[in-house]
Amino acid sequence: MKENKGPDHQQWGIKGQALKQQHKAASDTFVIDHQQAPRRDTMVHFTPEEKCIISKQWGQVNIDETGGEALGRLLVVYPWTQRFFDNFGNLSSSSAIMGNPKVKAHGKKVLTSFGDAIKNMDNLKGAFAKLSELHCDKLHVDPENFKLLGNVLVIVLAKYFGKEFTPQVQSAWQKLVAGVATALAHKYH
Amino acid sequence: MSLTKSERTIIMSLWDKVSSQSEAIGTEALERLFLSFPQTKTYFPHFDLHAGSAQLRTHGAKVAAALGDAVKNMDNLDSALSPLRDLLAYKLRIDPVNFRLLSHCLQVTLARNLPRDFTAEAQAAWDKFLGRMSDVKTAK
Repeated sequence: MKENKGPDHQQWGIKGQALKQQHKAASDTFVIDHQQAPRRDTMVHFTPEEKCIISKQWGQVNIDETGGEALGRLLVVYPWTQRFFDNFGNLSSSSAIMGNPKVKAHGKKVLTSFGDAIKNMDNLKGAFAKLSELHCDKLHVDPENFKLLGNVLVIVLAKYFGKEFTPQVQSAWQKLVAGVATALAHKYH
Repeated sequence: MSLTKSERTIIMSLWDKVSSQSEAIGTEALERLFLSFPQTKTYFPHFDLHAGSAQLRTHGAKVAAALGDAVKNMDNLDSALSPLRDLLAYKLRIDPVNFRLLSHCLQVTLARNLPRDFTAEAQAAWDKFLGRMSDVKTAK
């Protein structure tokens, strides 16, 4: 079903013309059957402390290295993810993957885009709408992979930040990576 | 999906480095689990789960002991973990998804404590090993 782009749809995440018509006709109290009731957009909300933790640490992240490391680890630890990178050359071993220049370059690209999330923590779905469409329509990436990469990134950050990567800090980052994964999957159809 | 010789070596060598502080590792992993994934606290309504609590430390020690046993018995995880499986799957009836969350938090803990040693290869070995442990714990 094609998604509607009208304001009702954007607010409630409704798919399909039929539902949009129903909601226009319905009263504000939404007497529609629960199964079809519009969901309030489940946006992730970050506390000021969480935003501060994340922005501060992000400022210290070496985007060049961290991106390549995270993507490389994804390909090493979850080898099926290599399916998206057939043209990346030598991915035959852990050291080949971690040293592969295309992996490093693409990792940097991915992480740079992650930086956009940090600038738009109040509207991750909006910020990643186009990328979501790309990953669905052109790249055909199973959204499960976004969760895997998010968790790998958390591990890489733990490695770099050491003692500073406290359980509280981790929980802020887990919230962010989960939010990004959801945002990236949001436009799938 | 059994572990290769090189994976076992990596796992044992990493565990060796933390075994003297294994209780702290187990406790830290649990602290991370409860903070990042609060739904996991539903299995501990009777516990004080605040950082530093005695119950958290005791349970962290149990997790570490189980991990230590598993490392010693990598060749025979099925029978080594069978009592634990019975407890977790049949008595406590933990939803299997939670073992994956704990595996992740254990890896974060190891990465933070041993940044130089927790290489991509080490992460792959540990992820596989902890996955195997989860499989055993949820086998029907």
